[in-house]
Amino acid sequence: MAAGYRHIGKATERADARDIVTGRTRYLSDLEVPRMLYGRVLRSPHAHARILSIDTSAARALPGVEAVLTHADAPDWRVGTPRVVRVLDSTVRFAGDSVALVAATTEAAAERALELIEVEYEPLPAVLTMDEALAPGAPEIFPEAPGNVVSAGTPWFGPECLTGVRMGDVERGFAEADAVAEGVCGYENIPNPLPAEPPGVIAHWEEPNKATLWVSSQAAYQDKVVLFFAFGRQVDVRTIGGPCGGSFGSKLMSVQLALQATALSRAAGRPVRLVMSKEEHMAAFVLRIGSRIKAKVGMKRDGTVTAVAGDWLVDTGYYSMTTQAQVAVGCGEAQLVVRSPNWDLRSTIVCTNRTASGIVRGFGGQELKCSILPVVSRVMAELDIDPFDFFKKNYVKPGDGYFWRDGQWYTYRGIDYTTAMDAGAAAFGWKDRWRGWLQPSAVHGTVRTGVGVGVHGNVDIGESVSEAWVRLDPHGAAVIYSAASEHGTGQPSNLIKMVAEVLQLPLDRVTMTPADSAITPFEFGPVGSRGTWAMGGASIAAAEDARRKLLERAAPTLGRDPGDLDTCDGLVFPVDSPENAIRWNAVIGREGSVMGEGRFDPDFTLANCMMTFVEVAVDSDTGKVDLRRVVNATDAGTIIDPPGLENQLNGSLGSAGIDSALFEETVYDPATGRVLNANMIDYKWRTFAELPDMKNVVLETPVDSHRFRAIGVGEVATAPGPSAVLMAVSNALGMWMDEYPVTPERVLAALGKVPARGRGAGGTAAAATDSDDLAAGADR
Amino acid sequence: MDEATQIRLTVNGRGHTLAVGPRSADVAPSDTLAHTLRHVMGLTGTKVSCDRGACGMCTVLLDGRAVLSCSLLTVECDGSSVTTVEGLADPETGGLHPLQQAFVDHTAFQCGFCTPGILMSTKALLDENPEPTVGEVQEALAGNHCRCITHYHVLEAVQDAAGRMREAALEPGPTVSESSSNAPERDVATGTR
Repeated sequence: MAAGYRHIGKATERADARDIVTGRTRYLSDLEVPRMLYGRVLRSPHAHARILSIDTSAARALPGVEAVLTHADAPDWRVGTPRVVRVLDSTVRFAGDSVALVAATTEAAAERALELIEVEYEPLPAVLTMDEALAPGAPEIFPEAPGNVVSAGTPWFGPECLTGVRMGDVERGFAEADAVAEGVCGYENIPNPLPAEPPGVIAHWEEPNKATLWVSSQAAYQDKVVLFFAFGRQVDVRTIGGPCGGSFGSKLMSVQLALQATALSRAAGRPVRLVMSKEEHMAAFVLRIGSRIKAKVGMKRDGTVTAVAGDWLVDTGYYSMTTQAQVAVGCGEAQLVVRSPNWDLRSTIVCTNRTASGIVRGFGGQELKCSILPVVSRVMAELDIDPFDFFKKNYVKPGDGYFWRDGQWYTYRGIDYTTAMDAGAAAFGWKDRWRGWLQPSAVHGTVRTGVGVGVHGNVDIGESVSEAWVRLDPHGAAVIYSAASEHGTGQPSNLIKMVAEVLQLPLDRVTMTPADSAITPFEFGPVGSRGTWAMGGASIAAAEDARRKLLERAAPTLGRDPGDLDTCDGLVFPVDSPENAIRWNAVIGREGSVMGEGRFDPDFTLANCMMTFVEVAVDSDTGKVDLRRVVNATDAGTIIDPPGLENQLNGSLGSAGIDSALFEETVYDPATGRVLNANMIDYKWRTFAELPDMKNVVLETPVDSHRFRAIGVGEVATAPGPSAVLMAVSNALGMWMDEYPVTPERVLAALGKVPARGRGAGGTAAAATDSDDLAAGADR
Repeated sequence: MDEATQIRLTVNGRGHTLAVGPRSADVAPSDTLAHTLRHVMGLTGTKVSCDRGACGMCTVLLDGRAVLSCSLLTVECDGSSVTTVEGLADPETGGLHPLQQAFVDHTAFQCGFCTPGILMSTKALLDENPEPTVGEVQEALAGNHCRCITHYHVLEAVQDAAGRMREAALEPGPTVSESSSNAPERDVATGTR
């Protein structure tokens, strides 16, 4: 417990709470910039086509239309890794790709203008799946991706960027194993993180080369950095962040929208707002990568893994900025969960004619784990190993090592998470409910109950650089200069708590600047659960630096050494004689301030951990899977904000987390490549009406991070659940289920009650169980 | 429709007369109530997410009933009284409504984008049913999308708010104070509130 702290660990009011409940919070689409125009994008109906001609004359003539752009006149700014995607191109590469841009004085005029643009397409053969894309002679989407295989590695992670895991000798490892399993499993349902607020941007171009962008993302400063390169290093970019109506990673990849809005602003000479409709958000914005692995795992009877080999296929859609990075992090994270001396894990990134992939909470690790753990489960089942015992034994321990995303070897110096895992298992009642592999925990009529468990962790809690400044004002207040904008996690409020704790100020005496790259220093942003340690570390260091400078300046006045002084509530005083306190303004003067600087540098030697236990009830008549109970178990070192943490962990359900194993999926028409459920009726999301019993077990074992000995656990909350659901449903049904999500159709197909519809329709199963056996089982 | 046509709306207790016509400052016959509230009246507390009546974020009260303002035409609302999230707080003192205060106290929001809609759906429920069961609250909010999964904190906050509102209804004199014995444990020593 956070004993002795004034703010840390207490349920304090979030800094923006009153604005949120009164409707005063201004999200991107609530902003008005003077003379602002409304942008709209004409989108392709074809998954792959060449544009033969575009006639924009009628659109340009429409009253209110200020700019129309096509591939012929759009600037050659590029995104993607490698940089292959233009603002507009003469080839469209997915159903929903951008064809033309319009800016008009009203949204209605912009919409009308789109209808007046006439486009002649030459449809090209499309590759809608990885199998089609990799087939010999398949049409190629980009010349830069021969055979539709995208180049491995990202310059962001350096020349040795992890593209797989290779160590030891897997053949020897398999020979030493007591059991070996081989199989193919995929997490290919492309769930949508679906934040409430649609992606959008406002861009204002000023000649000759200045672009100001109001962005809605959790990392406004990082947007500036990404855009600087996307603009070909030729544009002076300023990004201004603000409250973000949910992101879950995804809105960090609004780059193409930003380029398009900027191009329109440059053409029109006025600011342009470009906000996606919900349909565009669901059918034309970035989604999760698709993941499929052919893996082979060897294990000893005691749960020691002797070898892991696998070919990991990653479907990135028509492009991605970050898929290589997700592969790197996914490969790193796999080693945290499965401890083996012998690895041969390889990856291939495949380009397909579907929506692009972007960042989604889980960032490669969730996708790889959801794919490979069902194969690991097969070996455990063969050796009758309890998966909880397996995960507990295999999760990274102090002194273990791993290759992280930059290809370097790191030794873990964090805490042992087995205590948290035990606490979670006790809260869930795992030992009472686990009956063995493919064994239901209970059967009542047609309702079969099963349990499952998964685990995940991330070393990116210490990734990248954060910088912050803390300014002390004479009247006893502090201002944090940081590009941390609120996206739902409470991170800005938590930084305020940390700084207030260091400076011993009341919370309402600490504020934060807007997340404006013209004001604040660099901030990579709250991703990968790095907010607590990395961002917190920078703010804490800045507050400590400011405090040190304040005490040094006070020392002559008080006639003492700085080391003898302390500060509280805007006063400075000798520790041994607090009655001799002087106000900050007696130190700083009425004119002036004290500025402290803080910085966090990457450290890949700590990891967080999340274990998720689930219980499902499967109705073998209807095929419906109900999630009954969830227990998340973790250790946060020190809890900064209890309700905020609780909210984050409850978020394990949504934003393409646990529910991506139950009902969330983006459904593509196999004939046209169009998204069939790009609306909020047909895309299934969890409602208030169906909530599982949810419990979060959070231990506080001090960890060697920063002075508050805390680490973040938010991002990882979604990742362990989906494979746990698959395990639980397999156990409930007594047969292996290998595909996400476990829809009623798949369950009934697995039970032989409806016809299976090829890949993507039902469990592959050790299939010893037919419907008669199951009915008999249900009667027992 | 005749350009001289006018409609009357009462929004958060204030009367408005709006001209219906094609000019941008007017209400177009095809304008939704959500559009008029946000872009004509500047009441951007009402959020638009799906704009197709499926997510509940644009929920406002129309003559006391929770409605989806993205799916109503403004011209249909002639003569009606609309309450938005901006109209929940006490217009005299600016003090938060007990429902808002409970959401603050329970951190019953994450990104906050869905919060105005949830508050308005809840307000309609509690006006009709001051003592709902948790199941009744879940049912009433089943049309409100929240992606961050703040459902659990919202359910706690609504029960807390319902209790505060019932207490307030029993007590004579001024409206509910900002704190309540039902509030979660707070650190009063910080002096932040």
